Amino acid sequence: MARKQGSDTEATNGLEFQDSVSTLLERRGVTRREFMKFCTAMSAALALPPAFAPRIVRALDEVKRPTLVWLEFQSCTGDTEALLRASNPTVAEIVLDILSIDYAETIMAAAGHLAEANLDKVVREEKGTYIAVVEGSIPMKDDGIYCCIAGRTALDRAREVCGGAFATLAVGTCASYGGIPAAAPNPTGAVGVKAAVPSATVVNLPGCPLNADNLTATVVHFLLFKKLPATDGLGRPLFAYGKRIHDNCERRPHFDAGQYVEAWGDQAHRHGHCLYKMGCKGPETFHNCPTQRYNDKTSWPVAAGHGCAGCSQPMFWDSMTPLYKRLPNVPGFGIEATADKIGLGLAVGTAAAFGVHGVLSAFRRGDDSEGAKED
Amino acid sequence: MAKIVVDPITRIEGHLRIEAEVNGGRITDAWSGSTMFRGIEKILQGRDPRDAWYFTQRFCGVCTTVHSIASIRAVENALNITVPPNADLIRNIIMGVQNVQDHVIHFYHLHALDWVDITSALRADPAGTASLAASLSEWPLNSTTYFKEVQEKLKAFVAKGRLGPFANAYWGHPAMKLPPEANLMATAHYLEALQWQKDIIRIHAILGSKNPHPQTFLVGGMAIPIDLDSQNALNADKLAEIGGLLKKTRDFVEKVYIPDLLAVASFYKEWAGIGGGVGNYLSYGEFPDPASGRMFFPAGIVLGRDLSKVHPVDQKKIAEYVDHSWYEYSGGSGKGFHPWDGETEPKYTGPRPPYEHLDTDRKYSWVKSPRYEERSMEVGPLAKLLVAYAAGHKETRDAVGLVLKHLNVGPEALFSTLGRTAARGLDCLITAQQLPGWLAQLEDNIGKGDLRIHAGEKWDPATWPGDAAGYGWHEAPRGALGHWIKIRGGQILNYQAVVPSTWNASPRDHKGQRGPYEEALVGTPIADPNKPLEILRTIHSFDPCLACAVHVLDAAGNETVRVRVT
Repeated sequence: MARKQGSDTEATNGLEFQDSVSTLLERRGVTRREFMKFCTAMSAALALPPAFAPRIVRALDEVKRPTLVWLEFQSCTGDTEALLRASNPTVAEIVLDILSIDYAETIMAAAGHLAEANLDKVVREEKGTYIAVVEGSIPMKDDGIYCCIAGRTALDRAREVCGGAFATLAVGTCASYGGIPAAAPNPTGAVGVKAAVPSATVVNLPGCPLNADNLTATVVHFLLFKKLPATDGLGRPLFAYGKRIHDNCERRPHFDAGQYVEAWGDQAHRHGHCLYKMGCKGPETFHNCPTQRYNDKTSWPVAAGHGCAGCSQPMFWDSMTPLYKRLPNVPGFGIEATADKIGLGLAVGTAAAFGVHGVLSAFRRGDDSEGAKED
Repeated sequence: MAKIVVDPITRIEGHLRIEAEVNGGRITDAWSGSTMFRGIEKILQGRDPRDAWYFTQRFCGVCTTVHSIASIRAVENALNITVPPNADLIRNIIMGVQNVQDHVIHFYHLHALDWVDITSALRADPAGTASLAASLSEWPLNSTTYFKEVQEKLKAFVAKGRLGPFANAYWGHPAMKLPPEANLMATAHYLEALQWQKDIIRIHAILGSKNPHPQTFLVGGMAIPIDLDSQNALNADKLAEIGGLLKKTRDFVEKVYIPDLLAVASFYKEWAGIGGGVGNYLSYGEFPDPASGRMFFPAGIVLGRDLSKVHPVDQKKIAEYVDHSWYEYSGGSGKGFHPWDGETEPKYTGPRPPYEHLDTDRKYSWVKSPRYEERSMEVGPLAKLLVAYAAGHKETRDAVGLVLKHLNVGPEALFSTLGRTAARGLDCLITAQQLPGWLAQLEDNIGKGDLRIHAGEKWDPATWPGDAAGYGWHEAPRGALGHWIKIRGGQILNYQAVVPSTWNASPRDHKGQRGPYEEALVGTPIADPNKPLEILRTIHSFDPCLACAVHVLDAAGNETVRVRVT
């Protein structure tokens, strides 16, 4: 079927806004004050001193409307939903909008071949300059027939779109490392973007789903410093994944004092004591949940009484489950039984021993399936 | 004759493809195929049943609570666990808010663009929009100034740059009938709804840490503690905040969503005669009242559009067929398996990508075909309301009567694309009006000193029987959702979900009977085969959600290698 393009409502590609971002935002109902607040929040998210806020304002004012395309492969759409609930609502969304989201299955008005035409156009005309966002894993088994869009495999599309992008942001644990489809026995041979398209420049923003603030902050970082943020050995920006949950946890004093929840709804639970014995994976998880929180900074799992599931760690579906089993061998504890006797001295040792990522698999009995191996 | 392919069907969750034959300006046959598959049920085997909710929640990031609750109920059913009243009430609030938020997002962000031409809003007279809006409701933002401002923003967006997510849609389509003033009103509310949904969903964060994917469910209850004297628990502060958000929830539904729905529907009444589908309706019922033990919405089945009789639901009569799905059954095709005994072995026999067409004579989807006594069943808000209506449920009778009267149509108008879209709004309205009552019940319990949120007697798998089997039902925003589990030795032996979109998106079955999407498309007029807007209207009226519709169940006894922490 012939592609229908160039309808009267579709403007020419490559047009750039002449106005500054702040002017545009004002036109869309965002006040200067709200914009400044957003920039200060971004400065905090990026772990920059507050003095950087005005520089973020200037950086955003220089935006030349790069294009962003959002691809969904083996996903649950949780990351798209997270974006729609972004906790710096108006501005976060508009900053992404100002990037011009030209393709995003869940929200775009176009359908079928007309939708695909939008994506083809970006790939063809903006090679090397657009940003690709990928949600969901990519199946490799049986030539990738477990995920097709418009008659093409996810792998085929990813090679083309991510291969031609300036950079690819893998949002959520599925796009980063394969996520739940890659959990043992990984029926479809699912992998993350970097594993599927090794030539692509990929930044991983894991989490199940991702915290949309970290996506916004990555984009702002790029606009501010004209380069991608520094990452750890797992491809995650250090500003968001550089610290353990445990080290910023509001319940940490109770861990150090040896005050633990023993049963759901007991007095310790009601009074916010440590969830380690209920299976909390915070001691082995690197993420900024305790500081960034979710839904307009309302809460995060540990604050609401449930342990951390370790969802930003690669292959957490295999390495962090069963969810309610306490971590088998927290360094510094010796064996898990010693949690009952833990005190301040032991906790100090814990912090030191946790300086290395990827220690997790060493403590566990190995998984036979290929997909479940860490690192 | 032309064969139309729409792939991807956008503004849904997941990957859906529709192929349709058009003759003389009408669809004469249609095929619904899903093109993505992950295999989560296979991944569940051998794991801790108490973890199942966390895995199944990832069936879908849109329906972020519904698989949690169905899974939790399945395990509780298998182990014969009764949860404390507070847990039921907290679950009702979470599920109710999910229902309301989901329906509003569907109407404005996933479905409205099939009826509303945003580009036409540019030509509207803002004063006309204000008077139209004022004639419909008392919403405070119904002013000329406000609508003018929205129109200015829209003009700036269109004039200055690219259309981004609004590019290349079916704008200016001859089947678009709203006057510019109504289009402007709907566009303004599209933007308002985007803000509103972020605010009210904070209820999920307060009760369950975050949304999407709240992290608070437990087999036996909930993980959010209650204590009026603690900063770390559900206390008076948080209850008051939830109360305020529930008011905001209800206000928007009553004063914006329902008036918009009625206004839009009145311009598209011909759609009350299009898209009816299979005519059989299944609902599992929902919202347990811990005081009476009864469900607020009743469970039941309506067959052949006969509203004079409600049949009881017997879960044993459900079976799934794979005659047109990319799986193979041991012992050959032509038979169905009940979820407890089901088996699935993926076997792709479709065309090698890249392809132009699926082989619709044979197998063409990753979705199976669930059937109830070998019948195709439609599930969703329409089914939920028809069952409740036929059962004489007062709240439903009142709400349905209101809409039928407003549109000046009879109950037969409900069996249609328009009826499905209207039923979703009414489901949303009834639920939004019930929510404050559950909060009041919860506050009442807490006031009496009942702080229990979890029944912990059977938390330890050592207390479980060697073998157990259970099922969990939830009447989700998209319809009847069921999870089935078999447990052996404290581990998941078998797990299967039969989800709303599996019912609705199912391909043909062993008898060649079409699934509900397919059946609903037959007879639909198509004005321009190059811009099949009408297909989107009917498919979107079901609110497709495909990720969860595709799943793998492995036969008992296959290898289940699993990491075990010891």
